[in-house]
Amino acid sequence: MFSTVLPDILIQGWALQLSPELASRAQFGWTISVHIIFASLSVGLAPFIVYFTWKDVRTDDERFTRLRSFWVKVFAAGFVMGTVTGIPMSFQFGTNFPQFAEVAGELIGGPLAFEAKMAFFLEAVFLGVLLFGQERVSDRTYILSSVLVGVGAWLSAFWILIVNAWMQTPQGFEMITRNGMEVAKLTDPLAAFFTPRMPWMYVHMVNASVISVALLVAGVSAYIVWKKRDAATWNTALKLAVIILLVTAPLQAVHGDAYGRHVADTQPQKFAAMEAHYDTGTADLHLLAFPKSIDAITDPKAENLFTVSLPGVGSFLATGGDFDAEVLGLNEYEENPPVAIVFWSFRFMVGLGFLFIGLALWGGYLIYNGRLSESSRFLKTMIAASPLGYAALLTGWYVTEIGRQPWVIQGELRTSEAVSSTLSGTEATLTLVGFVVIYIGLILVALHVLRWLVEDELRELGVKVSDDDRWYGPVPKVSDDD
Amino acid sequence: MTELVLLVDAYLVDALPEIWFGAVMFALAMYVVLDGFDFGIGMLYATRDDEREKETLLTAFGPVWDANEVWVVAFGTMLLAAFPRVYSRVLADHYLLALGFVLALLFRGLGPEMREQRDDERWKRYWDYSFIGGSFFAPLLFGTLAGRWIFDAPTLSLPALLTGVGLVTVSVATGSAFLTAKTRPRLASDLRTYGIIATLVYLIGVVALLTTVVVTDAGGAAETVLSLPVGAIVVLSVVAGGGGSVLALRGKYRAWLVSALGLPALLSLLVALLLYPTIYPPTGLTVREAVVSPLALNLVTILGFPALLLVLWYFKFLYGVFSGPIEGEGYKN
Repeated sequence: MFSTVLPDILIQGWALQLSPELASRAQFGWTISVHIIFASLSVGLAPFIVYFTWKDVRTDDERFTRLRSFWVKVFAAGFVMGTVTGIPMSFQFGTNFPQFAEVAGELIGGPLAFEAKMAFFLEAVFLGVLLFGQERVSDRTYILSSVLVGVGAWLSAFWILIVNAWMQTPQGFEMITRNGMEVAKLTDPLAAFFTPRMPWMYVHMVNASVISVALLVAGVSAYIVWKKRDAATWNTALKLAVIILLVTAPLQAVHGDAYGRHVADTQPQKFAAMEAHYDTGTADLHLLAFPKSIDAITDPKAENLFTVSLPGVGSFLATGGDFDAEVLGLNEYEENPPVAIVFWSFRFMVGLGFLFIGLALWGGYLIYNGRLSESSRFLKTMIAASPLGYAALLTGWYVTEIGRQPWVIQGELRTSEAVSSTLSGTEATLTLVGFVVIYIGLILVALHVLRWLVEDELRELGVKVSDDDRWYGPVPKVSDDD
Repeated sequence: MTELVLLVDAYLVDALPEIWFGAVMFALAMYVVLDGFDFGIGMLYATRDDEREKETLLTAFGPVWDANEVWVVAFGTMLLAAFPRVYSRVLADHYLLALGFVLALLFRGLGPEMREQRDDERWKRYWDYSFIGGSFFAPLLFGTLAGRWIFDAPTLSLPALLTGVGLVTVSVATGSAFLTAKTRPRLASDLRTYGIIATLVYLIGVVALLTTVVVTDAGGAAETVLSLPVGAIVVLSVVAGGGGSVLALRGKYRAWLVSALGLPALLSLLVALLLYPTIYPPTGLTVREAVVSPLALNLVTILGFPALLLVLWYFKFLYGVFSGPIEGEGYKN
C-alpha cells in the first residue's frame, strides 16, 4: 500500500513546489513583514522607555517605576524577537539574492556594516545593562543606558533606510565589470547615502513606528483602565499615548501627502500603480474606491471602479499644482508591478492614517473634558485599534516594495535577475514553508507573552483574572446544555 | 584636493585589502570566541536538572549573549562590504546550511528569554529544548558551512563535518571554562569535567581534520597545512588545551578561562591561514580579485574602524558590569 501512496505524495509535493524566484520573494517578503513589526517596536518604544526611565529614576514616582518595568519587559521580548528574525533577513541577501548582494555590494555593504557596528551593538550591549544591571551601575549610567538603547534603535533605522532608499532612487555609482559581472562601483558616497528618498523615508518610518507604539500603549492602557478605572498608572499612560498621537498622526498625513508627490517625481511607475492609472494623461485622485466587479478587486483599473474622485487632483498632487499635467500611465511600461496589491494597500494605509487622526482627536476631546477613563466606547475602540498601527505600517511597506517591482534596484537590476541561479525550487519551497510555520509560532508566542504581562499587571492591581488560560491545546469543552 | 583624489583612486595603504581580510577574520574570531561560550553554556545546560543550577547558567548567559551574537552580523556585513562576491557565494552555495544555522540561532535566542515568561513546567521544558537544541546545531552547522567553504568539500565529508564537530567541542570547552570562573565550587568542579573532556576531543578532532586534509588535499590546502605557521598553531592549541586542563584540575579557573578562549581564537587564525591568499577556494577567487574598489574600501575603513574600536570598548564595559561570581539567580555584589 505504501508503495503506491508514497510516490504519489512525492509527485504532488514536487508539483506544489514554487519556482526559486517566487519562493525567494515570498520568503523575503514574509520574513521582513514579521521582522519589521519587532524592529519598529524597538524604534517606537525607545522614546517611551527613555521617558519612563528618566521619570522613574529622577522622581521616584511609583507610576513610572511600573510603566518602565512593564514596557522594558515588552521591549526586551520584542528586541529578542527582532534579533532572531533580523539575522535571517541579512542572510537572505546572500542565500536568495546573491546577484543583488554582489551588484550592490559597494553601495549597501558599508551602510549594513555600519548598522551592525554603530547601532546593533550599541542596542544589544546597553539593553543587557538596562535589563540586568540596575543594581550594578549608577543611576546616571542607568539612564544613559536607556538613552543609548534608544539611540541604537534610531541609528539602526537610519542605516537600514539608507540601503532601502538607495534601492528606490539609486545614485552615486557607475556600472563596471568585475570578475566577469556588471557591478555598481561607488563614485560619490554622499550622493549614495543621502539619496532623494532617504529623508522622506526616515521621517515617515520613524513616525509610523511611534504611531504604532502609541496605539499599542493606548490599547494596553485602555484595556487595563477598562478593567480597573482608577488605575492611576495606566490612566497616565493612556493620556500620554493620546497626546503623542495628537502630534504624530496629523504629521504623518501632511508628510505623507508631500512624500506621495516625491514618489510621483522619482518613481512614476509606482505612482501610477498606486492610482491604477493606465492611460497617460490627466490623473484623478480616487479618495475612495469600490470595485464594480470581482475583476476590479484583482485587477483594478481606474475606469472599472466606483470612485469618489477629485478630477485632476492626481495630476495636481503628482506635480504640486498643475491640474492638467500629464501623468504617465501603466500602459507605457513593458512590465508592471502587481497593481491590485499596490492600489489596495495604499488605500488601506491612507484610510487607517485618517482613522488614527480621528481617534487622536476623540481622545484629545475626552482629555479636555476630563472624561478619558469614563467613556467605555472610547476605551473599547482603542483596544480594538491597538494592532492597526502595524497594519498601516505593513501595507505602507507593501506599496513601497511591491510598487518598485519588477525592479529590485529601480531601473538598474530586476528582481528576477537577482535571484540565486544555484537555488532549486525544492530548497526554496522547503525553507519558505519552514519560515512560515516557525514565524507563525513566533507571533503566537509574542501575543501570549504580551497577554501574560497584561494579566500579571491586572493581578497586581487586584483585578481577578481567570487561571484557566492554558497556553497549550484546546480548552476542554464544557457542555452548557445541562 | 590631491588627498581627495588619492582617496578615490588608491587604497589608503597598499595592503588595505589584506588588512580587511584580517579585519573580517578578526570579526569571525570574536564571534567564534564569544558566542562559542554561549553555545557551550547552552549545551552544558542539558546536563543540569536542578532548577537553581539552571538559573545560574542562565544568569551567566543573559546579559551578554545578544551582544555576542551581533558579531556574526558584523562578520557577515564586513564580508559583504569588502568582498561582496564572497558573501554572495558563501551563502548562496550553502543555502540550507546557512538558513539552518540562522534558524538554530533563533531557537537558541528565544529559549531562555521565553522560558522566563511563564511559571509552567511544560512551557519551561519546551523552551529548554529550544535553548539546548539551538546551542548544539548552531555551532555544528556554522562549522560545517565553514568547512565546506575552506576545504571546498561536500557537506557529508570528513573535512566539513570535522570542522562542525570541532566548533561544537571547542564551544563546550570555552562555555565550561566561562561557567567555572563564575559559579560556586561544587557546580564548577562538576562542569569542568565536561570542559576537559571537550578540550581533549577538540584537540584530537583538529589533528584528525588536518590529517584528512593532508591525505585528501581537500581544497588544495595540504601544502599550507604542512607549513610552519600551521604547525605552530597546532602546537599552541595543544599547549593551551593541555595546560588549561591542568589549570582546571588545580582549580585555577580564571587562568583556565584565558587559555580556553585561546583555542577558538587560534582556530580562527588557522582558518585565515588556510584561506589566504585565496578567499573562496571553490572558485579560486583571491582577496585581491574579490575586494571592492578603493573609494568604497577607504570609506568603510575611515568610518568603520573607529566604530570597531568603540564596540570593543562597549564590550569591556559590559563584561566589567557583569563580572564576578554568580549565586543562584543573581550576581553577587
